[in-house]
Amino acid sequence: MSMVMPKMNYLAEPKGLWSWIVTYDHKRIGLLYLAAITLFFAIAGFLAILIRTELLYPGQDIMDANTYNQVFTLHGAIMIFLFIIPSIPAALGNFVLPLMIGAKDVAFPKLNLASWYIYVFGSIFAIYSILASAVDTGWTFYTPYSTTTGTAVISMTLGAFILGFSSIFTGINFIVTVHKMRAPGMTWYKLPLMIWALYATALIQVMATPVLAITLLLLVLERWLGVGIFDPALGGDPVLYQHFFWFYSHPAVYIMILPALGIISELIATFSHKKIFGYKFIAYSSLAIAFTSFLVWAHHMFTSGQSELAAMIFSFITFFVGVPTGIKIFNWLLTMYKAQIDLRTPMVYALSFIFLFTIGGLTGIFLGALSVDIHLHDTYFIVAHFHYVMMGGTVIAFLGGLHFWWPKMFGKLYNETAGRIGAAIIFVGFNMTFLPQFVLGSQGMPRRYWTYVDAYQPLHAFSSYGSFILGLGFILVFVYLMHSLIWGRQAPKNIWGSLTMEWETTSPPHPHNFEEDKVLQHGPYDYDKVLIDRDEALTDYGYDTTTGEPGEHRESVAKE
Amino acid sequence: MADSASHSHSMSHVAHHFADSEQQAESSKMGMWIFLLTEVLFFGGLFCAYVIFRAWKPDMFYEAHKTLSMSMGATNTVVLIVSSVTMALAIRAMQLGDKIKTLAYLWSTMALAGVFLVIKYFEYAHKFHVGQLPGQFYTYTGVEGTNPHVFFSVYFAMTGLHGIHVIAGMIAIGWLIWRTQKNHFNANYYTPIEMTGLYWHLVDLIWIFLFPLFYLIH
Repeated sequence: MSMVMPKMNYLAEPKGLWSWIVTYDHKRIGLLYLAAITLFFAIAGFLAILIRTELLYPGQDIMDANTYNQVFTLHGAIMIFLFIIPSIPAALGNFVLPLMIGAKDVAFPKLNLASWYIYVFGSIFAIYSILASAVDTGWTFYTPYSTTTGTAVISMTLGAFILGFSSIFTGINFIVTVHKMRAPGMTWYKLPLMIWALYATALIQVMATPVLAITLLLLVLERWLGVGIFDPALGGDPVLYQHFFWFYSHPAVYIMILPALGIISELIATFSHKKIFGYKFIAYSSLAIAFTSFLVWAHHMFTSGQSELAAMIFSFITFFVGVPTGIKIFNWLLTMYKAQIDLRTPMVYALSFIFLFTIGGLTGIFLGALSVDIHLHDTYFIVAHFHYVMMGGTVIAFLGGLHFWWPKMFGKLYNETAGRIGAAIIFVGFNMTFLPQFVLGSQGMPRRYWTYVDAYQPLHAFSSYGSFILGLGFILVFVYLMHSLIWGRQAPKNIWGSLTMEWETTSPPHPHNFEEDKVLQHGPYDYDKVLIDRDEALTDYGYDTTTGEPGEHRESVAKE
Repeated sequence: MADSASHSHSMSHVAHHFADSEQQAESSKMGMWIFLLTEVLFFGGLFCAYVIFRAWKPDMFYEAHKTLSMSMGATNTVVLIVSSVTMALAIRAMQLGDKIKTLAYLWSTMALAGVFLVIKYFEYAHKFHVGQLPGQFYTYTGVEGTNPHVFFSVYFAMTGLHGIHVIAGMIAIGWLIWRTQKNHFNANYYTPIEMTGLYWHLVDLIWIFLFPLFYLIH
């Protein structure tokens, strides 16, 4: 059986560049985001390679100290504000959320498009600050340094301020869409866990981002008018800035990780072909993480001079974050227990995620412990911890989700072997880069330094070589995904044999998502009740139906 | 597009992705309330700064607040409350399908918002004149206590941001007037008026908190 691209699909209809520029279609907006974040990931990734190259040896290798400050600031600010925050919710989430709940679009399509333009507008501010005079404050813009440095802090913070609105608009859209646009029959407990995760994320986006907005606005006023709210020389309080900043930025960490947890739930259930274990626990743990995230911000400030009592309370509450996170991990493991696991590329990323995120999460518990944090604060241990969570967690899950939904998004299949090799290279490169940094940090290597004592050199060099491997892995992924767009085989409706609703439409989907109005037929994880024709899905792609491996008749299928 | 056009031509204001007019109106309302929540949190940061600085320097705040004109603040409070009433009446008039009354109430709301800004202008102009300016521009010498400029920093940040919201509200009301003129609304469809009304009440409400916090300290 050979397949052809469905004629009526959102990529083809309506036609022309203009139809993309003014599109209200959530799927196209998702792709616009995807293109933008890929660009920024490449830029910030390149900056990361520059950082690691500089750190190969002590002293000046390729840049001086000042340039180094600017490079790591831009790496952090671009990765956080322009890549990770919009990555899963705005790019993948925009694409899959209405499809997964059987809606024709998000509740406010114009607002959705506006959020993309605001994002582009904000990123222009950020790029301007790079070109004008690179900001050297770190992505946190701590006062009083950020109010006194001679670099373009105003345009950078205005950029982040504008980007915040983009994030808020996406959040409003998702909350209302989940509440009001679900297909008939889709009750809250029939929602895919990805939707629960995106919903919890949207709550944080809506409730935390305005506080960042006012903080950055005050920072701009501080620099511009010298209002003296954060500036100690004028009677202000720099620690207040830190409180404000982390009141947003700690929940923001969960804006980055919660949707990743949602993706992993989908991947584990789909590729285990088994009813997910503890559905309600996973669903509510997303909300529990969102709630707890608002109560722990000051654990970033244990050494800032806040009261010891406050530090103790925040340290204590921080441990609670581990509980819902642990619940998720145990439920995933139990879902996989005794399952027939289908080790396709997205599942390789999911397993990789569990390994890396567990390390990232547990080291977070070390750092949440007050006394340990005093020793590890502002060292490479922190750097390794948040890269394990943000990159080993979010980026790996993002790649898993991208590989999972790629056939749905573009109607094309990528090379499975290349996919698995890419996932393996990224896993190895990632661990080589960041595992040594835990050791460096515990030995006292401070973060944000462009040079170091000779004793650290072997571990730094090892980490740098790891980052080069990691970079190669990403290039490989990019190459075979682009290759698939042109030469890839046509994807069937439901390549993975998944039960969530987005797989019931054509690949790529109809401009209005589904050709008919959707009504829920079965729950998203009813693998025990619904007989899915997995064989059909597999033979469509020329897979051997017993092993799930690419079979011999694959080539003949392609030729038909 | 053909299929969606055929079943929605009778309800031209319902977008293709909604099942019916009710779903659309409910969605708009919920979206607006969430937006208002973000506004509250946005101002929340400033209220938080206010609380901290006032708790640190209660005497300075008390001394500095005496420079504000209580009568002007009180007048503005009344003006905004009345404008909220006229806004609510505009919604009611359109629910009854009365275009002329709706326009009259919308224009009244607009005018009252203008009055608020004019009074605010005179207050600001006086402060600029005597040097009661935020932060480093502060030159006034008549307030006792340490760092009185912080009071004016917080004052200008909060009332200034509120003033920007008033201007945004006036733009939205102007847009409503234009759309009402063009007969975009009727007794079955007046969601934008209702949504702008919600926003306007919030702007009013924020002032109702600002007025006692700055003008009525004791």
